[in-house]
Amino acid sequence: MAKVLDNLRAWGLLALFSALFIGPLTVMAGVNKPVLERGKGERCVEDTEFMRRNHMALLKHHRDETMRRGIRTTKHSLKGCVDCHASSKTGSVASTKEDFCMACHVYTGVKLDCWDCHATKPMKLYRPAATPGVAPQRVQQ
Amino acid sequence: MSEQNLNPDNSERRAFLKAGAVVTGAAVAPGVLLFGVAQARAPEEPASDKIRWGMLIDTTKCASGCDDCVRACNTENGLSGATGPQDSQWIRKLNIRHLKSGVETSLPMLCQHCEHPPCVDVCPTGASMKRADGIVLVDRHICIGCRYCMMACPYKARSFVHEPLTDQNPEVPRGKGCVESCTFCVQKVDRGENTTACVEACNAAGHKAMLFGDLNDPQSEIAQAMKTYATTEVRADLRLNTGVRYRGI
Repeated sequence: MAKVLDNLRAWGLLALFSALFIGPLTVMAGVNKPVLERGKGERCVEDTEFMRRNHMALLKHHRDETMRRGIRTTKHSLKGCVDCHASSKTGSVASTKEDFCMACHVYTGVKLDCWDCHATKPMKLYRPAATPGVAPQRVQQ
Repeated sequence: MSEQNLNPDNSERRAFLKAGAVVTGAAVAPGVLLFGVAQARAPEEPASDKIRWGMLIDTTKCASGCDDCVRACNTENGLSGATGPQDSQWIRKLNIRHLKSGVETSLPMLCQHCEHPPCVDVCPTGASMKRADGIVLVDRHICIGCRYCMMACPYKARSFVHEPLTDQNPEVPRGKGCVESCTFCVQKVDRGENTTACVEACNAAGHKAMLFGDLNDPQSEIAQAMKTYATTEVRADLRLNTGVRYRGI
């Protein structure tokens, strides 16, 4: 009788371990593809297929044109991307893992540092920290 | 031997040239509109080297306790306004006193947008750059944060961003690890507003101590003012040909 109980306990433990360790493995094998929220407007500035592969090249070219030569066209500007693709929930393109930029970049494991400097929200959501004519408070550290 | 001795008619020739200049000036004057159109360039048009942006600061009108220009700059560019040793300051107010006479002067100090900028000379990556229209900028995409430019600048005009930033102005990207300084509000200039936040604030406060404009255009307010009275470059001995000039120092 004791042997039967031991056997049962052993099987029970085995089942528990499988639930703990094998379960997640099966889930990881099938990571969902990123789901992107549709941007504003009829269509993107270029074909979606083209943008998927080449958006970084367009942005890099445009950044140099704007920064170095002062060309401020909006077609391939990062601000333009943000204006159309900011999430309807967070208002941002990169504040959560579901937001437009992060969805694919998290999926592919490609780190991007655009948002260390650039605002992730459109201009209309920007609130200046300081009010005009009022001296900002000194932040104690 | 001077040229005048060789040409006895020189005075007449000069008078003729002067008259010509007056006539040309009159002919150009109705073209003010034309000039305005040329200044507000199209978005696809690059900055032109025909323009050189500059600023003239009249220290006789600058009030010693006033820091409206500094606060306006902070608001426009999303700076915290804190003045600790590691905080960014793109423009700051200085009070100076002449050691012998005791004359006290108050003035704003900012990037002087030199024609021959030492920051650009020393930059090892080419991130420090001068745009065609004379605005000196930092290309943060290639700035490695070495801070040579901060040491090279005779005006202490540059700051380094030490901490991560959030909620930047979409028009003024800034971030940790890069050097930054006054941009002459390049986002406003490129929109065709042709003014800066500090100058607007100074005018709004009624001091009118700051003028912003095109140094290359003889009709511009700033060029006219510089023709009217003597102006000084800070550290003129360095022969950097600064874009920011001062009166009364």
